[in-house]
Amino acid sequence: MKILVCISHVPDTTSKINFVNGDSEFDTNGVQYVINPNDEFGLTRAIWFQEQQGANVTVVNVGGADTEPTLRKALAIGANEAIRVNAEATDGFFVAKQLAEVVKNGGYDLVICGKESLDYNGGMVPGMLAALLNYNFVNSCTELTVDGSTAKASREIDGGKETISASLPLVIGGQKGLVEEKDLRIPNMRGIMTARTKALTVLEPVGANVNTKAVKFEKPAPKSAVKLFAADDLDGLVNALHNEAKVI
Amino acid sequence: MSLLIYAESAEGKFKKVAFELASYAKKIADSLGTTVTAVTVNAGNSSELANYGVSKVLKVTNDKLNNFNAKAYADVIKQAAQKEGSKIIVLSSTTDSLYLAPLVAVGLDAGFASNVVGLPLSTSPFQVKRNAFSNKAFNITEISTDVKVLSIGKNSFGLVESSTSLSEEDFAPSLNDADFSVKVESVEKTTGKVTIADADIVVSGGRGLKGPENWGMLEELATVLGAATACSKPVSDLGWRPHSEHVGQTGKPVATNLYIAVGISGAIQHIAGINSSKVKVVINTDAEAPFFKVADYGIVGDAFDILPKLTQKLKEFKANNS
Repeated sequence: MKILVCISHVPDTTSKINFVNGDSEFDTNGVQYVINPNDEFGLTRAIWFQEQQGANVTVVNVGGADTEPTLRKALAIGANEAIRVNAEATDGFFVAKQLAEVVKNGGYDLVICGKESLDYNGGMVPGMLAALLNYNFVNSCTELTVDGSTAKASREIDGGKETISASLPLVIGGQKGLVEEKDLRIPNMRGIMTARTKALTVLEPVGANVNTKAVKFEKPAPKSAVKLFAADDLDGLVNALHNEAKVI
Repeated sequence: MSLLIYAESAEGKFKKVAFELASYAKKIADSLGTTVTAVTVNAGNSSELANYGVSKVLKVTNDKLNNFNAKAYADVIKQAAQKEGSKIIVLSSTTDSLYLAPLVAVGLDAGFASNVVGLPLSTSPFQVKRNAFSNKAFNITEISTDVKVLSIGKNSFGLVESSTSLSEEDFAPSLNDADFSVKVESVEKTTGKVTIADADIVVSGGRGLKGPENWGMLEELATVLGAATACSKPVSDLGWRPHSEHVGQTGKPVATNLYIAVGISGAIQHIAGINSSKVKVVINTDAEAPFFKVADYGIVGDAFDILPKLTQKLKEFKANNS
Protein backbone atom coordinates (compact mmCIF):
# COMPACT_ATOMS: atom_id res chain seq x y z
CA MET A 1 0.00 0.00 0.00
CA LYS A 2 1.28 3.44 -0.96
CA ILE A 3 0.19 6.20 1.39
CA LEU A 4 0.46 9.92 0.83
CA VAL A 5 0.15 12.10 3.93
CA CYS A 6 -0.59 15.76 3.20
CA ILE A 7 0.94 18.09 5.71
CA SER A 8 0.35 21.73 6.50
CA HIS A 9 3.06 23.79 8.11
CA VAL A 10 1.23 25.87 10.73
CA PRO A 11 2.02 28.09 13.72
CA ASP A 12 2.31 26.17 16.97
CA THR A 13 -0.99 26.18 18.88
CA THR A 14 0.48 28.47 21.55
CA SER A 15 1.45 31.16 19.01
CA LYS A 16 0.37 34.75 19.40
CA ILE A 17 -1.41 35.74 16.22
CA ASN A 18 -0.48 39.15 14.80
CA PHE A 19 -0.49 40.73 11.36
CA VAL A 20 1.79 43.08 9.44
CA ASN A 21 1.76 45.19 6.26
CA GLY A 22 -1.54 46.89 6.95
CA ASP A 23 -3.02 43.67 8.37
CA SER A 24 -2.60 41.92 5.03
CA GLU A 25 -0.06 39.30 6.14
CA PHE A 26 0.48 37.00 9.09
CA ASP A 27 3.36 38.12 11.30
CA THR A 28 5.79 35.19 11.29
CA ASN A 29 8.16 36.94 13.67
CA GLY A 30 9.00 34.67 16.60
CA VAL A 31 6.48 32.02 15.52
CA GLN A 32 7.38 28.35 15.89
CA TYR A 33 5.97 26.11 13.18
CA VAL A 34 4.70 22.57 13.62
CA ILE A 35 3.03 19.81 11.64
CA ASN A 36 -0.67 20.71 11.67
CA PRO A 37 -2.08 18.67 14.59
CA ASN A 38 -4.86 17.03 12.53
CA ASP A 39 -2.21 15.99 9.98
CA GLU A 40 0.06 14.64 12.70
CA PHE A 41 -2.64 12.23 13.88
CA GLY A 42 -2.89 11.05 10.25
CA LEU A 43 0.88 10.77 9.83
CA THR A 44 1.15 8.70 13.00
CA ARG A 45 -1.59 6.37 11.75
CA ALA A 46 0.27 6.09 8.41
CA ILE A 47 3.44 5.06 10.26
CA TRP A 48 1.36 2.41 12.02
CA PHE A 49 0.33 1.06 8.58
CA GLN A 50 4.01 1.13 7.59
CA GLU A 51 5.07 -0.87 10.64
CA GLN A 52 2.13 -3.28 10.75
CA GLN A 53 1.26 -3.72 7.08
CA GLY A 54 4.41 -2.77 5.20
CA ALA A 55 3.00 0.43 3.74
CA ASN A 56 5.24 3.00 2.10
CA VAL A 57 4.63 6.51 3.42
CA THR A 58 5.31 9.71 1.49
CA VAL A 59 4.64 13.12 3.02
CA VAL A 60 3.83 16.15 0.90
CA ASN A 61 3.51 19.84 1.59
CA VAL A 62 2.66 22.76 -0.67
CA GLY A 63 4.86 25.61 0.48
CA GLY A 64 8.09 27.54 0.22
CA ALA A 65 11.56 26.31 1.20
CA ASP A 66 10.94 27.59 4.75
CA THR A 67 8.52 24.68 5.31
CA GLU A 68 11.20 22.02 4.77
CA PRO A 69 12.05 21.61 8.49
CA THR A 70 8.43 20.52 9.01
CA LEU A 71 8.80 17.89 6.25
CA ARG A 72 12.13 16.77 7.75
CA LYS A 73 10.36 16.33 11.08
CA ALA A 74 7.81 14.07 9.36
CA LEU A 75 10.71 12.07 7.89
CA ALA A 76 12.28 11.84 11.34
CA ILE A 77 9.00 10.49 12.70
CA GLY A 78 9.27 7.75 10.09
CA ALA A 79 7.95 8.73 6.66
CA ASN A 80 9.94 7.12 3.83
CA GLU A 81 10.21 10.14 1.58
CA ALA A 82 8.96 13.69 1.17
CA ILE A 83 7.73 15.95 -1.60
CA ARG A 84 7.46 19.72 -1.50
CA VAL A 85 5.46 21.52 -4.15
CA ASN A 86 7.17 24.85 -4.43
CA ALA A 87 4.29 27.33 -4.17
CA GLU A 88 2.61 29.45 -1.53
CA ALA A 89 -0.43 27.68 -0.10
CA THR A 90 -2.89 30.56 -0.21
CA ASP A 91 -6.05 29.02 -1.66
CA GLY A 92 -7.51 25.62 -0.82
CA PHE A 93 -8.50 24.84 -4.39
CA PHE A 94 -5.03 25.70 -5.70
CA VAL A 95 -3.47 23.43 -3.05
CA ALA A 96 -5.90 20.60 -3.85
CA LYS A 97 -4.97 20.87 -7.54
CA GLN A 98 -1.26 20.55 -6.69
CA LEU A 99 -1.90 17.55 -4.46
CA ALA A 100 -4.09 15.90 -7.10
CA GLU A 101 -1.17 16.09 -9.51
CA VAL A 102 1.14 14.46 -6.96
CA VAL A 103 -1.40 11.68 -6.30
CA LYS A 104 -1.94 10.98 -10.02
CA ASN A 105 1.79 10.72 -10.67
CA GLY A 106 2.55 8.66 -7.57
CA GLY A 107 -0.30 6.15 -7.74
CA TYR A 108 -1.20 6.32 -4.05
CA ASP A 109 -3.85 4.00 -2.63
CA LEU A 110 -4.56 6.04 0.44
CA VAL A 111 -4.28 9.80 0.89
CA ILE A 112 -4.46 11.05 4.47
CA CYS A 113 -5.05 14.74 5.14
CA GLY A 114 -6.06 16.51 8.33
CA LYS A 115 -9.70 17.61 8.23
CA GLU A 116 -8.58 21.22 8.56
CA SER A 117 -5.46 23.26 9.19
CA LEU A 118 -5.23 25.33 12.32
CA ASP A 119 -4.17 28.50 10.48
CA TYR A 120 -6.73 29.18 7.74
CA ASN A 121 -9.26 26.60 9.00
CA GLY A 122 -10.59 26.27 5.46
CA GLY A 123 -11.43 22.58 5.85
CA MET A 124 -11.67 22.22 2.09
CA VAL A 125 -8.48 20.60 0.79
CA PRO A 126 -9.30 16.92 1.56
CA GLY A 127 -12.79 17.10 0.00
CA MET A 128 -11.64 19.06 -3.03
CA LEU A 129 -8.76 16.66 -3.56
CA ALA A 130 -11.12 13.67 -3.43
CA ALA A 131 -13.52 15.40 -5.85
CA LEU A 132 -10.73 16.27 -8.29
CA LEU A 133 -9.47 12.67 -8.24
CA ASN A 134 -12.94 11.16 -8.08
CA TYR A 135 -11.75 9.03 -5.13
CA ASN A 136 -13.82 7.88 -2.19
CA PHE A 137 -13.70 10.31 0.71
CA VAL A 138 -14.26 10.11 4.47
CA ASN A 139 -14.12 13.33 6.46
CA SER A 140 -13.79 13.87 10.24
CA CYS A 141 -12.30 10.39 10.33
CA THR A 142 -11.55 9.04 13.82
CA GLU A 143 -10.64 5.39 13.10
CA LEU A 144 -9.15 3.74 10.05
CA THR A 145 -8.15 0.19 9.14
CA VAL A 146 -7.36 -1.29 5.74
CA ASP A 147 -7.78 -4.91 4.70
CA GLY A 148 -6.69 -5.58 1.12
CA SER A 149 -8.43 -2.99 -1.01
CA THR A 150 -11.16 -2.17 1.51
CA ALA A 151 -11.00 0.43 4.25
CA LYS A 152 -13.16 0.59 7.34
CA ALA A 153 -13.45 3.98 8.95
CA SER A 154 -15.34 5.77 11.66
CA ARG A 155 -16.54 9.27 11.20
CA GLU A 156 -17.56 11.71 13.87
CA ILE A 157 -21.08 13.00 13.38
CA ASP A 158 -22.94 15.58 15.45
CA GLY A 159 -23.81 13.63 18.59
CA GLY A 160 -22.31 10.27 17.69
CA LYS A 161 -20.32 8.28 15.20
CA GLU A 162 -20.81 6.46 11.95
CA THR A 163 -19.00 3.35 10.75
CA ILE A 164 -18.17 3.39 7.07
CA SER A 165 -16.66 1.03 4.51
CA ALA A 166 -15.12 2.15 1.24
CA SER A 167 -12.80 0.70 -1.33
CA LEU A 168 -9.38 2.16 -2.07
CA PRO A 169 -8.23 4.54 -3.45
CA LEU A 170 -9.49 6.71 -0.64
CA VAL A 171 -8.95 10.22 0.70
CA ILE A 172 -9.25 10.80 4.45
CA GLY A 173 -9.88 14.05 6.30
CA GLY A 174 -8.48 12.93 9.63
CA GLN A 175 -8.51 14.15 13.19
CA LYS A 176 -7.77 13.05 16.75
CA GLY A 177 -8.88 9.47 17.23
CA LEU A 178 -6.96 8.12 14.18
CA VAL A 179 -4.38 7.71 16.92
CA GLU A 180 -4.48 8.96 20.48
CA GLU A 181 -2.49 11.89 21.78
CA LYS A 182 -0.19 9.51 23.68
CA ASP A 183 0.66 7.67 20.43
CA LEU A 184 2.14 10.78 18.81
CA ARG A 185 5.89 10.43 18.36
CA ILE A 186 8.68 12.76 19.17
CA PRO A 187 11.51 12.14 16.70
CA ASN A 188 14.47 10.39 18.33
CA MET A 189 18.11 11.06 17.45
CA ARG A 190 18.31 8.10 15.09
CA GLY A 191 15.19 9.28 13.27
CA ILE A 192 16.57 12.78 12.97
CA MET A 193 19.87 11.47 11.58
CA THR A 194 18.26 9.16 8.99
CA ALA A 195 15.81 11.91 7.98
CA ARG A 196 18.75 13.94 6.69
CA THR A 197 19.50 11.37 4.02
CA LYS A 198 15.93 10.57 2.99
CA ALA A 199 14.71 11.92 -0.34
CA LEU A 200 12.97 15.30 -0.32
CA THR A 201 11.87 16.04 -3.86
CA VAL A 202 10.93 19.58 -4.86
CA LEU A 203 8.33 19.88 -7.62
CA GLU A 204 7.23 23.01 -9.41
CA PRO A 205 3.48 23.75 -9.23
CA VAL A 206 1.05 23.05 -12.04
CA GLY A 207 -1.12 25.87 -13.30
CA ALA A 208 -4.38 26.15 -11.36
CA ASN A 209 -7.01 28.75 -10.63
CA VAL A 210 -6.82 30.68 -7.42
CA ASN A 211 -10.48 30.89 -6.42
CA THR A 212 -10.17 32.69 -3.11
CA LYS A 213 -7.78 35.15 -1.61
CA ALA A 214 -7.37 36.37 1.96
CA VAL A 215 -7.25 40.12 1.42
CA LYS A 216 -7.09 41.31 5.01
CA PHE A 217 -6.94 40.07 8.60
CA GLU A 218 -8.48 41.40 11.77
CA LYS A 219 -7.98 40.63 15.41
CA PRO A 220 -11.03 40.25 17.63
CA ALA A 221 -12.04 43.46 19.42
CA PRO A 222 -10.46 43.69 22.88
CA LYS A 223 -12.70 42.35 25.58
CA SER A 224 -14.01 44.36 28.46
CA ALA A 225 -12.86 43.15 31.87
CA VAL A 226 -14.52 40.18 33.52
CA LYS A 227 -17.30 40.99 35.95
CA LEU A 228 -16.60 39.14 39.18
CA PHE A 229 -19.13 37.91 41.69
CA ALA A 230 -18.34 36.79 45.21
CA ALA A 231 -18.64 33.05 45.80
CA ASP A 232 -21.73 33.67 47.95
CA ASP A 233 -23.39 36.02 45.43
CA LEU A 234 -24.80 33.44 43.05
CA ASP A 235 -28.03 35.45 42.84
CA GLY A 236 -25.90 38.20 41.31
CA LEU A 237 -24.57 35.82 38.64
CA VAL A 238 -27.97 34.33 37.82
CA ASN A 239 -29.43 37.81 37.63
CA ALA A 240 -26.67 39.01 35.28
CA LEU A 241 -27.06 35.99 33.00
CA HIS A 242 -30.80 36.60 32.81
CA ASN A 243 -31.14 40.39 32.69
CA GLU A 244 -27.85 41.58 31.28
CA ALA A 245 -26.49 38.81 29.05
CA LYS A 246 -29.99 37.44 28.37
CA VAL A 247 -28.72 33.90 27.88
CA ILE A 248 -30.92 32.10 30.42
CA MET B 1 -30.39 33.23 -10.24
CA SER B 2 -31.92 32.67 -6.80
CA LEU B 3 -29.67 31.84 -3.88
CA LEU B 4 -29.69 28.19 -2.90
CA ILE B 5 -29.59 26.83 0.63
CA TYR B 6 -29.44 23.21 1.71
CA ALA B 7 -32.03 23.01 4.49
CA GLU B 8 -30.89 20.15 6.71
CA SER B 9 -33.32 17.96 8.54
CA ALA B 10 -33.17 15.04 10.91
CA GLU B 11 -35.99 12.51 11.16
CA GLY B 12 -38.04 14.68 8.83
CA LYS B 13 -37.76 17.81 11.00
CA PHE B 14 -35.71 20.83 9.98
CA LYS B 15 -32.72 21.66 12.10
CA LYS B 16 -32.43 25.16 13.52
CA VAL B 17 -29.53 25.85 11.14
CA ALA B 18 -31.91 25.45 8.20
CA PHE B 19 -33.80 28.54 9.39
CA GLU B 20 -30.55 30.34 10.15
CA LEU B 21 -29.32 29.73 6.59
CA ALA B 22 -32.66 30.86 5.19
CA SER B 23 -32.46 34.09 7.24
CA TYR B 24 -28.93 34.72 6.04
CA ALA B 25 -29.63 33.97 2.39
CA LYS B 26 -32.79 36.10 2.44
CA LYS B 27 -30.76 39.17 3.48
CA ILE B 28 -28.36 38.69 0.58
CA ALA B 29 -31.18 37.91 -1.84
CA ASP B 30 -32.96 41.15 -0.88
CA SER B 31 -29.82 43.17 -1.52
CA LEU B 32 -29.38 41.52 -4.92
CA GLY B 33 -33.05 41.70 -5.88
CA THR B 34 -33.50 37.94 -6.04
CA THR B 35 -35.05 35.13 -3.99
CA VAL B 36 -34.08 32.11 -1.90
CA THR B 37 -34.60 28.50 -2.96
CA ALA B 38 -34.06 25.65 -0.50
CA VAL B 39 -33.28 22.09 -1.41
CA THR B 40 -34.49 19.51 1.12
CA VAL B 41 -33.79 15.78 1.39
CA ASN B 42 -36.45 13.51 2.84
CA ALA B 43 -37.76 16.36 4.96
CA GLY B 44 -41.36 16.69 5.99
CA ASN B 45 -43.53 19.74 5.64
CA SER B 46 -41.63 22.63 4.03
CA SER B 47 -43.97 25.39 5.16
CA GLU B 48 -41.82 26.44 8.14
CA LEU B 49 -39.12 27.59 5.71
CA ALA B 50 -41.50 30.25 4.40
CA ASN B 51 -41.29 31.99 7.80
CA TYR B 52 -37.63 32.73 7.16
CA GLY B 53 -37.75 34.01 3.61
CA VAL B 54 -37.63 30.90 1.41
CA SER B 55 -39.81 31.28 -1.71
CA LYS B 56 -39.24 27.95 -3.35
CA VAL B 57 -38.45 24.46 -2.14
CA LEU B 58 -36.95 21.73 -4.27
CA LYS B 59 -38.12 18.68 -2.44
CA VAL B 60 -36.06 15.52 -2.85
CA THR B 61 -37.58 12.26 -1.64
CA ASN B 62 -35.46 9.16 -2.09
CA ASP B 63 -35.00 6.16 0.20
CA LYS B 64 -31.41 5.80 -0.91
CA LEU B 65 -30.74 9.10 0.81
CA ASN B 66 -32.00 8.00 4.23
CA ASN B 67 -28.43 7.78 5.46
CA PHE B 68 -26.29 10.80 4.90
CA ASN B 69 -23.85 10.25 2.05
CA ALA B 70 -21.59 13.19 1.22
CA LYS B 71 -21.05 12.42 -2.44
CA ALA B 72 -24.71 11.76 -3.18
CA TYR B 73 -25.91 14.76 -1.17
CA ALA B 74 -23.31 16.98 -2.86
CA ASP B 75 -24.64 15.76 -6.20
CA VAL B 76 -28.18 16.66 -5.15
CA ILE B 77 -27.12 20.19 -4.16
CA LYS B 78 -25.05 20.64 -7.30
CA GLN B 79 -27.93 19.65 -9.56
CA ALA B 80 -30.33 21.87 -7.63
CA ALA B 81 -27.93 24.82 -8.05
CA GLN B 82 -27.64 24.12 -11.77
CA LYS B 83 -31.39 23.85 -12.17
CA GLU B 84 -31.94 27.19 -10.41
CA GLY B 85 -28.91 28.87 -12.00
CA SER B 86 -27.80 29.77 -8.45
CA LYS B 87 -24.57 31.73 -8.16
CA ILE B 88 -24.48 31.69 -4.36
CA ILE B 89 -24.94 28.46 -2.41
CA VAL B 90 -25.21 28.78 1.36
CA LEU B 91 -24.44 25.82 3.62
CA SER B 92 -24.13 25.35 7.38
CA SER B 93 -21.22 24.22 9.53
CA THR B 94 -22.67 20.93 10.70
CA THR B 95 -20.32 17.97 10.35
CA ASP B 96 -22.34 16.74 7.39
CA SER B 97 -22.39 20.06 5.56
CA LEU B 98 -18.67 20.63 6.08
CA TYR B 99 -18.16 17.16 4.60
CA LEU B 100 -20.09 17.86 1.43
CA ALA B 101 -19.29 21.57 0.86
CA PRO B 102 -15.89 21.08 -0.87
CA LEU B 103 -17.45 18.44 -3.15
CA VAL B 104 -20.19 20.88 -4.13
CA ALA B 105 -17.59 23.60 -4.74
CA VAL B 106 -15.50 21.43 -7.09
CA GLY B 107 -18.64 20.19 -8.84
CA LEU B 108 -19.71 23.75 -9.61
CA ASP B 109 -16.22 25.22 -10.23
CA ALA B 110 -17.01 27.47 -7.31
CA GLY B 111 -14.78 29.20 -4.80
CA PHE B 112 -15.56 28.17 -1.24
CA ALA B 113 -15.29 30.07 2.03
CA SER B 114 -15.99 28.29 5.32
CA ASN B 115 -16.54 29.65 8.86
CA VAL B 116 -18.20 32.77 7.49
CA VAL B 117 -19.28 34.98 10.39
CA GLY B 118 -21.52 37.60 8.81
CA LEU B 119 -23.18 38.95 5.69
CA PRO B 120 -20.85 39.63 2.74
CA LEU B 121 -18.94 42.88 3.26
CA SER B 122 -19.40 43.52 -0.43
CA THR B 123 -20.91 41.50 -3.26
CA SER B 124 -18.72 43.00 -6.01
CA PRO B 125 -15.96 42.10 -5.42
CA PHE B 126 -17.44 39.34 -3.30
CA GLN B 127 -15.88 39.55 0.16
CA VAL B 128 -16.79 37.77 3.35
CA LYS B 129 -15.40 37.83 6.86
CA ARG B 130 -14.51 34.45 8.29
CA ASN B 131 -12.96 32.97 11.38
CA ALA B 132 -9.34 31.90 11.00
CA PHE B 133 -6.37 30.95 13.13
CA SER B 134 -8.69 28.85 15.27
CA ASN B 135 -10.81 31.82 16.31
CA LYS B 136 -7.80 33.94 17.24
CA ALA B 137 -8.41 36.20 14.23
CA PHE B 138 -10.70 36.91 11.30
CA ASN B 139 -9.80 37.06 7.67
CA ILE B 140 -11.55 38.82 4.85
CA THR B 141 -11.69 36.47 1.92
CA GLU B 142 -12.43 37.47 -1.62
CA ILE B 143 -14.05 34.85 -3.83
CA SER B 144 -13.31 35.48 -7.48
CA THR B 145 -15.29 32.71 -9.17
CA ASP B 146 -18.68 33.22 -10.79
CA VAL B 147 -20.34 30.66 -8.49
CA LYS B 148 -19.67 30.88 -4.76
CA VAL B 149 -20.18 28.40 -1.92
CA LEU B 150 -20.31 29.70 1.65
CA SER B 151 -20.57 27.81 4.88
CA ILE B 152 -21.84 29.90 7.75
CA GLY B 153 -20.26 29.50 11.17
CA LYS B 154 -22.51 28.12 13.87
CA ASN B 155 -24.56 30.70 15.74
CA SER B 156 -22.98 33.53 13.79
CA PHE B 157 -26.11 34.96 12.24
CA GLY B 158 -29.26 34.01 14.10
CA LEU B 159 -32.86 33.82 13.01
CA VAL B 160 -34.67 36.63 11.21
CA GLU B 161 -38.34 36.03 10.48
CA SER B 162 -39.55 37.08 7.06
CA SER B 163 -42.84 35.70 5.86
CA THR B 164 -42.82 34.63 2.22
CA SER B 165 -45.20 32.75 -0.03
CA LEU B 166 -43.76 29.40 -0.80
CA SER B 167 -43.93 27.17 -3.85
CA GLU B 168 -42.91 23.56 -3.60
CA GLU B 169 -41.61 21.37 -6.40
CA ASP B 170 -40.64 17.70 -6.34
CA PHE B 171 -37.10 17.34 -7.53
CA ALA B 172 -35.51 14.06 -8.64
CA PRO B 173 -31.82 14.57 -9.31
CA SER B 174 -30.07 11.81 -11.22
CA LEU B 175 -27.87 9.77 -8.91
CA ASN B 176 -25.60 6.93 -9.92
CA ASP B 177 -23.97 3.99 -8.14
CA ALA B 178 -20.68 5.86 -7.79
CA ASP B 179 -22.50 8.34 -5.53
CA PHE B 180 -22.98 5.53 -3.03
CA SER B 181 -19.54 3.91 -3.15
CA VAL B 182 -18.82 5.03 0.43
CA LYS B 183 -21.14 2.85 2.48
CA VAL B 184 -22.51 3.58 5.93
CA GLU B 185 -22.43 0.34 7.93
CA SER B 186 -23.85 1.62 11.19
CA VAL B 187 -24.72 4.81 13.04
CA GLU B 188 -24.40 5.25 16.79
CA LYS B 189 -26.09 8.28 18.25
CA THR B 190 -26.25 9.26 21.86
CA THR B 191 -29.89 9.66 22.68
CA GLY B 192 -31.53 11.67 25.39
CA LYS B 193 -28.50 13.91 25.80
CA VAL B 194 -27.97 17.39 24.47
CA THR B 195 -25.05 17.28 22.04
CA ILE B 196 -22.33 19.91 21.92
CA ALA B 197 -23.22 20.57 18.28
CA ASP B 198 -26.85 21.41 19.04
CA ALA B 199 -26.51 23.00 22.46
CA ASP B 200 -27.28 26.64 23.22
CA ILE B 201 -25.47 26.25 26.54
CA VAL B 202 -22.36 24.19 27.23
CA VAL B 203 -21.07 23.39 30.73
CA SER B 204 -17.46 22.33 30.69
CA GLY B 205 -15.17 20.83 33.32
CA GLY B 206 -11.41 20.81 33.72
CA ARG B 207 -8.81 19.19 35.92
CA GLY B 208 -10.02 21.39 38.78
CA LEU B 209 -12.83 18.89 39.26
CA LYS B 210 -10.18 16.42 40.45
CA GLY B 211 -11.60 13.22 39.00
CA PRO B 212 -14.32 11.61 36.84
CA GLU B 213 -16.33 10.72 39.95
CA ASN B 214 -17.07 14.42 40.44
CA TRP B 215 -18.80 14.93 37.08
CA GLY B 216 -22.21 14.33 38.59
CA MET B 217 -22.46 17.87 39.90
CA LEU B 218 -21.52 19.27 36.48
CA GLU B 219 -24.14 17.07 34.84
CA GLU B 220 -26.76 18.28 37.30
CA LEU B 221 -25.97 21.86 36.40
CA ALA B 222 -26.19 20.93 32.71
CA THR B 223 -29.55 19.24 33.21
CA VAL B 224 -31.05 22.30 34.87
CA LEU B 225 -29.85 24.50 32.01
CA GLY B 226 -30.65 22.06 29.21
CA ALA B 227 -26.96 22.20 28.42
CA ALA B 228 -24.42 19.82 26.92
CA THR B 229 -21.39 18.80 28.96
CA ALA B 230 -17.86 19.18 27.66
CA CYS B 231 -14.33 19.02 29.01
CA SER B 232 -10.82 20.36 28.59
CA LYS B 233 -8.06 18.47 26.77
CA PRO B 234 -6.24 17.18 29.89
CA VAL B 235 -9.49 15.69 31.14
CA SER B 236 -10.03 13.71 27.94
CA ASP B 237 -6.33 12.77 27.75
CA LEU B 238 -6.57 11.40 31.30
CA GLY B 239 -9.56 9.36 30.20
CA TRP B 240 -11.92 10.96 32.70
CA ARG B 241 -14.30 11.84 29.89
CA PRO B 242 -14.67 10.63 26.27
CA HIS B 243 -12.77 12.42 23.47
CA SER B 244 -16.07 13.43 21.94
CA GLU B 245 -16.48 15.88 24.85
CA HIS B 246 -13.06 17.50 24.39
CA VAL B 247 -13.51 21.09 23.28
CA GLY B 248 -10.67 23.33 22.18
CA GLN B 249 -8.36 23.90 19.26
CA THR B 250 -7.67 20.22 18.59
CA GLY B 251 -11.04 19.08 19.89
CA LYS B 252 -14.49 20.32 19.06
CA PRO B 253 -15.06 24.01 18.49
CA VAL B 254 -17.86 25.52 20.55
CA ALA B 255 -19.87 28.51 19.39
CA THR B 256 -22.69 28.64 21.84
CA ASN B 257 -24.73 31.33 23.58
CA LEU B 258 -23.38 30.52 27.03
CA TYR B 259 -20.23 28.63 27.94
CA ILE B 260 -19.58 27.86 31.61
CA ALA B 261 -16.04 26.71 32.41
CA VAL B 262 -15.53 25.02 35.76
CA GLY B 263 -12.04 24.29 37.00
CA ILE B 264 -10.52 25.09 33.60
CA SER B 265 -7.52 27.41 33.76
CA GLY B 266 -7.87 28.53 30.15
CA ALA B 267 -4.87 27.41 28.09
CA ILE B 268 -4.60 29.36 24.85
CA GLN B 269 -5.68 26.29 22.84
CA HIS B 270 -8.80 25.85 24.96
CA ILE B 271 -9.76 29.50 24.64
CA ALA B 272 -9.27 29.36 20.86
CA GLY B 273 -11.79 26.55 20.63
CA ILE B 274 -14.51 28.20 22.68
CA ASN B 275 -13.95 31.88 21.95
CA SER B 276 -16.80 32.17 19.46
CA SER B 277 -19.25 31.55 22.30
CA LYS B 278 -21.21 34.69 23.06
CA VAL B 279 -21.09 34.73 26.87
CA LYS B 280 -18.42 33.00 28.92
CA VAL B 281 -18.52 32.29 32.64
CA VAL B 282 -15.58 30.96 34.62
CA ILE B 283 -15.49 29.37 38.05
CA ASN B 284 -11.98 28.74 39.32
CA THR B 285 -10.10 28.82 42.63
CA ASP B 286 -7.16 30.57 41.01
CA ALA B 287 -7.84 34.27 40.46
CA GLU B 288 -4.82 34.39 38.16
CA ALA B 289 -6.18 31.70 35.80
CA PRO B 290 -5.99 33.02 32.20
CA PHE B 291 -9.65 32.21 31.65
CA PHE B 292 -10.61 35.28 33.71
CA LYS B 293 -9.06 37.47 30.99
CA VAL B 294 -11.49 36.25 28.34
CA ALA B 295 -14.59 35.59 30.44
CA ASP B 296 -17.57 37.91 30.78
CA TYR B 297 -18.47 36.76 34.28
CA GLY B 298 -16.40 35.01 36.87
CA ILE B 299 -16.36 33.65 40.37
CA VAL B 300 -13.13 33.00 42.22
CA GLY B 301 -13.95 30.05 44.39
CA ASP B 302 -14.19 26.34 44.91
CA ALA B 303 -16.32 24.50 42.36
CA PHE B 304 -17.19 21.84 44.93
CA ASP B 305 -18.81 24.52 47.06
CA ILE B 306 -20.27 26.66 44.27
CA LEU B 307 -21.68 24.17 41.74
CA PRO B 308 -24.34 22.57 43.93
CA LYS B 309 -25.46 25.99 45.15
CA LEU B 310 -25.54 27.40 41.61
CA THR B 311 -27.57 24.42 40.42
CA GLN B 312 -30.03 25.04 43.25
CA LYS B 313 -30.28 28.77 42.45
CA LEU B 314 -30.90 28.00 38.79
CA LYS B 315 -33.58 25.46 39.69
CA GLU B 316 -35.36 28.14 41.69
CA PHE B 317 -34.88 30.64 38.89
CA LYS B 318 -36.31 28.22 36.32
CA ALA B 319 -39.25 27.45 38.58
CA ASN B 320 -40.02 31.16 38.93
CA ASN B 321 -39.55 32.01 35.26
CA SER B 322 -41.24 29.18 33.45
